Amino acid sequence: MIIKCPYCGPRDVIEFTYQGDATRKRPEPLSNDPDVWNAYVYDRSNPSGLHREFWLHSGGCRQHLVVTRDMTTHAISSVAFARDIASGGQA
Amino acid sequence: MTSSRLPRGGRVERSKSVRFTFDGKAYSGHPGDTLASALLASGITLFGRSFKYHRPRGVFAAGSDEPNALVTVLSGDVREPNVRATELEIHDGLVTQSQNRFPSLDHDFMAINQLAGPLFSAGFYYKTFMGPAIGPLRGTRFWMFCEKFIRRAAGLGKAGTAPDPDRYERMNAWCDVLVVGSGPAGLIAAEAAAGTGARVIIAEERPLPGGSLLASAETIDGRDPSVWAREKAAALAAMPNVRFLTRTSVWGYYDGNVLTAIEHVSDFKPNRTKGQPRQRHWIIRTGKTILATGAFERPMVFPGNDCPGVMLADAVRRFALEYGVAAGSNVTLFTNNDSAYEAARALSLAGVNIVAIVDVRADVSGACRDIATAANAELLTGHAVTGTHAGKTLSSITVQHFNAETCRVSGAPREIRTDCLGVSGGWSPAIHLASQAGGKPEWDEDLQAFLPPEPNQNWVVTGAAAGYMDTISVLSDAATKGSAKSRLILPPVEAPMLDASPAPVFQIEPSAKSQKAFVDFQHDVTADDVRLAYREGFHSVEHLKRYTTLGMATDQGKTSNVPGLAIMADARGISIPEAGTTRFRPPFTPVSFGALAGERYGDLRPHRLTPMHDWHLANGAKMYEAGLWHRPMIYGSHGETVEQAYVREARAVRQSVGIVDVSTLGKIDIQGPDAAELLDRVYTNMFSTLPVGKARYGLMLREDGLAFDDGTTWRLGETQFLMTTTTANAGPVMQHLEYYLDCIWPELRVHLTSVTDVWAGTAVAGPKARALLEACVTGTKVDNDTLPFMGIVHSKIEGVPVMVCRLSFSGELAYEVYCGSGYGTRVWEALLTAGKPFDVMPYGLEALGTLRIEKGHVTGAEIDGRASAHDLHLDWMLSKKKPFIGSAMLGREGLKDENRLSLVGLVSLDNQAITGGSHIVTDARPREPADSFGHVTAACYSPALGKYIALALVKHGTSMIGNRAFATDLLRGRHCPVEIVSHHMYDPEGSRMHG
Ligand SMILES: [Zn+2]
Repeated sequence: MIIKCPYCGPRDVIEFTYQGDATRKRPEPLSNDPDVWNAYVYDRSNPSGLHREFWLHSGGCRQHLVVTRDMTTHAISSVAFARDIASGGQA
Repeated sequence: MTSSRLPRGGRVERSKSVRFTFDGKAYSGHPGDTLASALLASGITLFGRSFKYHRPRGVFAAGSDEPNALVTVLSGDVREPNVRATELEIHDGLVTQSQNRFPSLDHDFMAINQLAGPLFSAGFYYKTFMGPAIGPLRGTRFWMFCEKFIRRAAGLGKAGTAPDPDRYERMNAWCDVLVVGSGPAGLIAAEAAAGTGARVIIAEERPLPGGSLLASAETIDGRDPSVWAREKAAALAAMPNVRFLTRTSVWGYYDGNVLTAIEHVSDFKPNRTKGQPRQRHWIIRTGKTILATGAFERPMVFPGNDCPGVMLADAVRRFALEYGVAAGSNVTLFTNNDSAYEAARALSLAGVNIVAIVDVRADVSGACRDIATAANAELLTGHAVTGTHAGKTLSSITVQHFNAETCRVSGAPREIRTDCLGVSGGWSPAIHLASQAGGKPEWDEDLQAFLPPEPNQNWVVTGAAAGYMDTISVLSDAATKGSAKSRLILPPVEAPMLDASPAPVFQIEPSAKSQKAFVDFQHDVTADDVRLAYREGFHSVEHLKRYTTLGMATDQGKTSNVPGLAIMADARGISIPEAGTTRFRPPFTPVSFGALAGERYGDLRPHRLTPMHDWHLANGAKMYEAGLWHRPMIYGSHGETVEQAYVREARAVRQSVGIVDVSTLGKIDIQGPDAAELLDRVYTNMFSTLPVGKARYGLMLREDGLAFDDGTTWRLGETQFLMTTTTANAGPVMQHLEYYLDCIWPELRVHLTSVTDVWAGTAVAGPKARALLEACVTGTKVDNDTLPFMGIVHSKIEGVPVMVCRLSFSGELAYEVYCGSGYGTRVWEALLTAGKPFDVMPYGLEALGTLRIEKGHVTGAEIDGRASAHDLHLDWMLSKKKPFIGSAMLGREGLKDENRLSLVGLVSLDNQAITGGSHIVTDARPREPADSFGHVTAACYSPALGKYIALALVKHGTSMIGNRAFATDLLRGRHCPVEIVSHHMYDPEGSRMHG
């Protein structure tokens, strides 16, 4: 699998570290709702088809990327900096 | 002699001879021979014994699909088992051995297994070795009892134990177009692709290009097709944009159009050039893949179909045309399609005597009849082979009338004397790579075979692999698939009008009592096994495969796949496509571990050395590998045990002063206006209130509320901190912080830099630590006012800028001295010089561990990913004033459970060591102690207490203090009486470090 890092260019997957589901939203820090936190920490979906996930370019620029990947074909349809998306940008 | 070398023909170099041995006997062949062709030429037809029944087996195929003729290649002490004799090129000095026979191939004791046939039928292992429910052999113990006998009886070749002396290489390559196979389709597709200027790699698994053209009686461009292929290949190889790899088997197809291949660089050579690898592992990234992998002929399943002398019709042809070898002196053919007639024509032209052609079809075309007549072969249409007679090789076959519509056998058996039977059950496109790539194969009713799936990446399949079975349509398909823009003028082909579509006949079943009919030769799976699997409810192809092991041998069912499915479909009364097929998995052919490893063997880890490493070695340090780091364990002197050394070192720290290399601690430089805010969020305690020039001990949790890491963080400026982490967690903590900054809190203006390797660190600990520093630190005082507990000063030692922080892991008055890593040894030596009047002693990890165990300080052994802050008595660090990572999950039930393990100390009551990892039990019986309620995390001899002590995580820990128990270690046979005590075993008030 090749991930096109927006900073470093296309690189082999061995340079990256998988950092989990990028569709989850961390609850408000002050929330004490155990169900909400439990869902955030433990529940993961395993969709057949497109999925968004975090990959850290650990052997490159060390930025987290949001990679949109088809779970059935491993085809990557978009890659963006996680920071940009977390700041309100679109993938 | 049954098989022999023909007077002419083949591409072996008849003028030269090559000497080799098989089972200790010397033979000779010619350059260009495989082991199979050379042995057949010498009249050898018995090659091995079968997997379960030890039945005699001969050569069945002529290439990578060979299921039977597997041999072991010996080279000194090195043995390579399960090498296909049909692919093994002979060379002078080659030593080979047959497999799975005892004591010899001709006299095999285990052939008795044939009589025990029913015992070894499908599911035998599952049914038999569940074992009785009670008794000494209950459950899997029965299997463990029987295993060694069965392992001796069943199996393939034996793996060697000697190290592999050969060199292997790994190569990465990329191209615009990768062509797999160089038969007619591969050559034309490559020519079309290369003509557009594309960068092309062609991979051919055999030594010569040409594929099926190497054994063809047709003509292309008026010439022998093998000559045409050789010239075409040479022209392609000469093009600057083409790389032509022979003896290169493409074995894996992965995501992103990445394919893997093994190139046999020198394993076919008697003498390898120095430094030349034996094999080269290719990882090829390609824009487009053209799969021109051809097709495999299928066998027919009929009684006695596995004896030596029965082989694929195509194999008989290839041995004759490629190697000039007649596989028998009186050959018969048995077929359900026209391709066997082309084989008959080619064989007859090559001088092989064809006795008869047995065809299950009631009628055949005029072209077929003409061929039979020209070959002077008796044509038996509407007939089938219903039995074989063989000792070590075939002597005759039985034929009977057969109705292809009803698949019924009738009439009196007739015996035909023959020593070689060529079988054709139709052709299966070699769709293995396309199937690996991920698609679902599609059944073709006409060919009675699975065709490659729709591409899910940029690949195409061409030629026979795509279902084109005659040369003319293969060439035109390949030209189009090679390049849509292709303007190639295709050469004229002369070939008889034959149709490869077979009659849908897969199995001949004359009666229940006939001989065994094999489907999977390599795993000894019979047609009866497949039907048994059906009767026992294993209907899906996936279950069939696992229950019978059909197709799971080293040949991956290249010959057995479709016949096995056909028999299951028949048993279920459904069609083959309804029964479905399993997905092929890499590797297409077996790959050696050596080739996969390439140059990457032995110790491949980086070794991380601290700046003071050489000093440690020069001063008697015994090193210890902590993750990637090398750290001094002890500084031993002669005759001293490890325990004596660390006790001496730890005692010196408590009595005077010692220094220890702490450069391995993780260090992260954290800068930015929001640096303090980040720390407040990731640590459980507050850091924004920390004054500049002070340090604080911090604890991090994971999001699930369990403890993650601890360390001190120093505030070097309003917006700058230096975080330290445990040695093991330097990477994970960095990644943790990066994750939150990138993905959760992008609004925080903070930058992180890993500076672990930038700073050398030395801890100076002991009652004389301050006196030592006073003797060498310049530019500042180090008294209690200037440098209070957790204070930081910037100063110099021997002119080298240093940062000194007063913090303690040992519980003594202690400091950490950091300097640029290039000055590490200089500062280390300066500290030793300054400490001379106090008998300063360097100490290692063992003493460091002893000091912290005495103090009850936790490290990775206790912060094990399962412990909470509460378990470790660190709840005082959990701020109530702010949320932090993990705070929301702290209150959940599981973390409040009073049965959780918590940290305690242990003192040995028998004055002997407590062993690490021991379980805590109350039962005094050492042999079968009752339930464990905790475990030892770290243990040592404490010089300060004069006792063997340990830290442990124990259920109801705190309330157990004062109780007695046992630390039991069944592995080391130690059952130690202990008293449970507070984890603060030494100086619980902390008066020493504050002094
Ligand atoms: Zn990058």
